[in-house]
Amino acid sequence: MAFEAVLLRRSSGATALEVPVGLKEYRADGGYEGLEKALSVGPEEVIEEVKASGLRGRGGAGFPAAVKWSFIPKSDNKPKYLVCNADESEPGTFKDRLLIETDPHQLIEGCAICCYAVGAHTCYIYIRGEYVRQAEILETAIRQAYDAGVLGDSVLKSGFKLDMRVHRGAGAYICGEETGMLESLEGRRGQPRVKPPFPAIVGAFGAPTVINNVETLCNVPHIMTRGADWFSEIGTDERNTGPKLYCISGHVERPGVYEFPIGVTLNGLLEAAGGVLGGRPLKAFIPGGASAPILSAEQSHVPMDFDSLAKAGSMLGSAAVVVMDDTTCLVRAVYRLAKFFAHESCGQCTPCREGTNWSQMVLGRIESGNGRPEDPELLLRMTGNMSGTALCALSDACVGPVRSLVQNFRPEIEEHITSGRCPLPYRSVFGKTAGTGH
Amino acid sequence: MSEIKDTRPALPPLPDDVRSAITELRRHYPTEEALLLPALHFAQKHWGGWLPEEAILGVADELNLAPAKVFGVITFYDLFHQSPVGRHRVRVCTNLSCALRGGNEILEAVKKHLNVAENEVSADGRCSVVGFECLGACEQAPMMMVDDDYHPHLTPDSASRILEELD
Repeated sequence: MAFEAVLLRRSSGATALEVPVGLKEYRADGGYEGLEKALSVGPEEVIEEVKASGLRGRGGAGFPAAVKWSFIPKSDNKPKYLVCNADESEPGTFKDRLLIETDPHQLIEGCAICCYAVGAHTCYIYIRGEYVRQAEILETAIRQAYDAGVLGDSVLKSGFKLDMRVHRGAGAYICGEETGMLESLEGRRGQPRVKPPFPAIVGAFGAPTVINNVETLCNVPHIMTRGADWFSEIGTDERNTGPKLYCISGHVERPGVYEFPIGVTLNGLLEAAGGVLGGRPLKAFIPGGASAPILSAEQSHVPMDFDSLAKAGSMLGSAAVVVMDDTTCLVRAVYRLAKFFAHESCGQCTPCREGTNWSQMVLGRIESGNGRPEDPELLLRMTGNMSGTALCALSDACVGPVRSLVQNFRPEIEEHITSGRCPLPYRSVFGKTAGTGH
Repeated sequence: MSEIKDTRPALPPLPDDVRSAITELRRHYPTEEALLLPALHFAQKHWGGWLPEEAILGVADELNLAPAKVFGVITFYDLFHQSPVGRHRVRVCTNLSCALRGGNEILEAVKKHLNVAENEVSADGRCSVVGFECLGACEQAPMMMVDDDYHPHLTPDSASRILEELD
């Protein structure tokens, strides 16, 4: 039986900006029934239902969503917040943008249910600064929701008060890290905080705070209306449940967002997306965004869920799949990613600030024909020092692609070094000079 | 101890549109500091895409924050600018998914078309261009952002044509 779309059921899956589903249309299709159900069963039941569904965070870390919710203290007298993470900036990722562009009320409903479950009366949707049109779409939808009594002083006449606001970022990848996001929301440089305390105890403005990704929250209304059992039937196993959006880009015929039960293989995804661009052979792929270790074509049969990809030495991350054909120079590709991480490192922690820049520099010299025989070992040693030694995951994010390049594609690096040049057919697409970082 | 006198010349007041936009937001946030990013967005819009010192000091004053703190925030974020930009800001994605499909060629074509280097303003003041990190539209690769809008599936020619049509 073909899988019926859940998150994209109301959108055509089209990728250009389209007319979003309005409030009337949304309600006609059963929208806000999940919120009604939540309000009728009470906060505890909502948390139990979402817990039973097995829903894990769709932003990258894969932490069980309702477990996060259950960490919020139950006391009623202190303010609490939900901050929805719409700072989608992981290279290769564009699913949250599509969810916002096409069906904004689905996200608003998910946010409202979460707020009710944890007793938060304020929700900020922190959206990356570049998503200007998407912020406007959300603001329009939020206004519709206020006018219809879905938000405001009494959510659907329940007496539950909820204020929702779109807060725009200003161009910084690190603000997708949850405590970097809180710093940014509070009006500061987005430099991640020391944990603990975790945001569930000391979050936004010193108050208990839930931070969930857009896609995670979009799943919640469906869990409320169709039940945890329905949700947990979808997917690979009980630890990897539900529908999942996969973003596929790079050397592929029909790049886009595709919805599958979590755990589709690259082969399955490629089939839906028309195969590798121009029918060329596949060389390598990134399964979960720029931070995920790169896998070779031999691993295209691995189910892309949290645990299977971890076992294969990579990660699901944001499920941003980047396809690279046989003409791609992986040294150049990883150099570009290292350059990104060096640019986005907030600079607080030495291993990250220095390590990301050194990664860029060493890969740059290898690509430009000046690599040294000891460079592969240097990269391994360096990334060893960058792993688990910083306040947040950005340092480790850079380690992912760099280390996997050495471990999975070492002959390609060595060929660069011994021949003193890039051995692959030159494709101008990467820019003329890789540079040395100096 | 005698009070230290502030001898700096008085600031011109923040323009009304910026100030009223900030005022409107106050009830949504528990602190003044949290208004900083929205306030800088409002100010940058008013001043045509960048933040002259007058704007920065005005925002600092309005929110009762140290100017040094505000400068620190501005330098942290890629979308805030402290020097003049073109009437239209062109951001070309050069991260991996776009690069695999020609993103760098688009950037080169745009620079050549405008006869500028990155971060330079074209002679007629119309455009400034910069190679940018992933804009979250990899299915549209190669793509660029002009002001607030995304332009998908570019070729060097189509990118140039889009620039031609700007006022």
